[in-house]
Amino acid sequence: MNANERLYRKRALKNAVAMFLSCGATAFGLLWLAWILLTTIINGFQALNLRLFTQMTPPPGTEGGLANAFYGSALMSAIALLIGTPIGLMAGIWLAEFARHSRLGTTVRFINDILLSAPSIVLGLFIYTGVILPLNLLTNHQVGFSAIAGALALALLVIPVVVRTTDEMLQLQPSTMREAALALGVPQWKLTLQIVLRAAKAGVVTGILLALARITGETAPLLFTAFGNQFWSSNLLKPIASVPVVIFQYAMSPFDDWHSLAWAGALVLTLFVLVLSLASRLILLRNRSH
Amino acid sequence: MNDTVHPLVMTTHAGETPGDRRATRDQRHDLWFKRSMFGAAMLVLVLLGAIAASTLWGGGLAFKTFGLSFITSTEWDAVNNHFGAVVPIYGTLVTSFLALLIAVPVSFGIAIFLTEVAPPWLKMPVASAIELLAGIPSIIYGMWGLFVFGPFMAEHLSPLINDYLGALPFIGSLFQGPPLGIGMLTAGIVLAVMIMPFITSVMHEVFRSVPTQLKESAYALGSTTWEVVWDIVLPYTRSAVVGGIFLGLGRALGETMAVTFVLGNAQQFSASLLMPSSSIASVIANEFSEAYTDLHRSALIALGFLLFIVTFVVLALARLMLMRLSRKEGL
Repeated sequence: MNANERLYRKRALKNAVAMFLSCGATAFGLLWLAWILLTTIINGFQALNLRLFTQMTPPPGTEGGLANAFYGSALMSAIALLIGTPIGLMAGIWLAEFARHSRLGTTVRFINDILLSAPSIVLGLFIYTGVILPLNLLTNHQVGFSAIAGALALALLVIPVVVRTTDEMLQLQPSTMREAALALGVPQWKLTLQIVLRAAKAGVVTGILLALARITGETAPLLFTAFGNQFWSSNLLKPIASVPVVIFQYAMSPFDDWHSLAWAGALVLTLFVLVLSLASRLILLRNRSH
Repeated sequence: MNDTVHPLVMTTHAGETPGDRRATRDQRHDLWFKRSMFGAAMLVLVLLGAIAASTLWGGGLAFKTFGLSFITSTEWDAVNNHFGAVVPIYGTLVTSFLALLIAVPVSFGIAIFLTEVAPPWLKMPVASAIELLAGIPSIIYGMWGLFVFGPFMAEHLSPLINDYLGALPFIGSLFQGPPLGIGMLTAGIVLAVMIMPFITSVMHEVFRSVPTQLKESAYALGSTTWEVVWDIVLPYTRSAVVGGIFLGLGRALGETMAVTFVLGNAQQFSASLLMPSSSIASVIANEFSEAYTDLHRSALIALGFLLFIVTFVVLALARLMLMRLSRKEGL
């Protein structure tokens, strides 16, 4: 065996080892996914029943469900989307239509990207010091932890997601379309809202769905904004239960029936989030193929 | 729309025509439209400053009371109202570091698999599966860590680690301790699983951006796949890959739920990775709603401020490095 051949074998061996490790890494990554999903599904299904959606969160040792928590989560998510989506859409429109290459636009994009992955617990602290404490002072300690504060904290998570997708999706629209409309004398606002935004509708909706997927699973910012509530509440100025917070409390408790409720909640949460992200991907795919 | 040259406005001196009125109306609407969009964008900008300012203000009492000892003292004692944040800061850094140590090589392997190794029919499903992992709420990771992975660690991995790594000189003390199942190592592993999909998808995306000509010329010269990855793809995308890693680090530093479940919320300093500890986010999550003194609450908000500043720096660096690659592409 001459030197050349040895070098060749060494390189081939190195390559084989690297490729083997790469396949191994993929298998390793998928293993965790399978493990986590399977545990959630198996434990969740065992605890799943109709009571989950019809009864309130129980004291330990008794039967119950998570109805009030589901309601609280849905309510806060809806308000968060109502607040966050318009702001996110508007900022995204400004970035894509008015500030595509300006320095200020780049700065806003940069800051938005940082907000996108900023620790959500800090957003909760921000709402606590910026909303709950002033509210508390203004109302003479009548209003503190409240559903509206929780919804605001979630809205802060919605905004950057919507800004980013709107910006990206609007930028994808061909400039010929804009020019054609402008040549017909269409004013800018009409052009943006009725032509460009409509053309990018699928992408923008995807962004909103992704934002919803993100906030339904968020726990940290709700711990000390919406707090939690054992009972059914739809008062926006009172503490309210939410699924992730209930899961957190129940999972950390020493009671078995609370644990199984937590697993059931976790299963519903996971399925909901996965369906949302699947749906958003399908919308994008279908739109791309047109 | 330009506000100085408008043929309709210029030609009609006597009286206003309907077209003329419409033009001025459109102009006014456009101006307001642009202003409101601009306002929303500025709100995003202000938001970041407001978060920093409000947490700094909220933590002011703690910073004033303890000064520098807030970040140099290991004593976190709510009963005696003394707060030093060394243990949570150390716990945050160690768990995040462990997470990167595990997640980076694995993500790199998966990204190589997706760009260079996998047959086309396998790429889509694997990439989607990894992205699915990114979509699972962090509280699910936490629960799984507490109920499934923690006990697994206690039964199978911790004794092994104790026996083999704990006997090593110098670093042995890092791996000694009772098999509790919860602790910094467990938290690091759960975090690694969490941030792996983020790092993978960034790496996958930037690896795909490498010009095919570059790779094909290397293959034509007889390079192996590994040589193409190591000598062509990686140098080309280096800054973006580091950016992706920093993005993962930013996530790991600020992650709350996944860590809170498996870290054990202990305020004692311990060198061993098998012992319970706490992180900045887990301390805030565990203690905030039970903090009754102003000082305690302020100390927790001060911790939040520190966390925000650190993650801001890490994430800003990540974005800057990611932007370097897209500039290279001329986008």
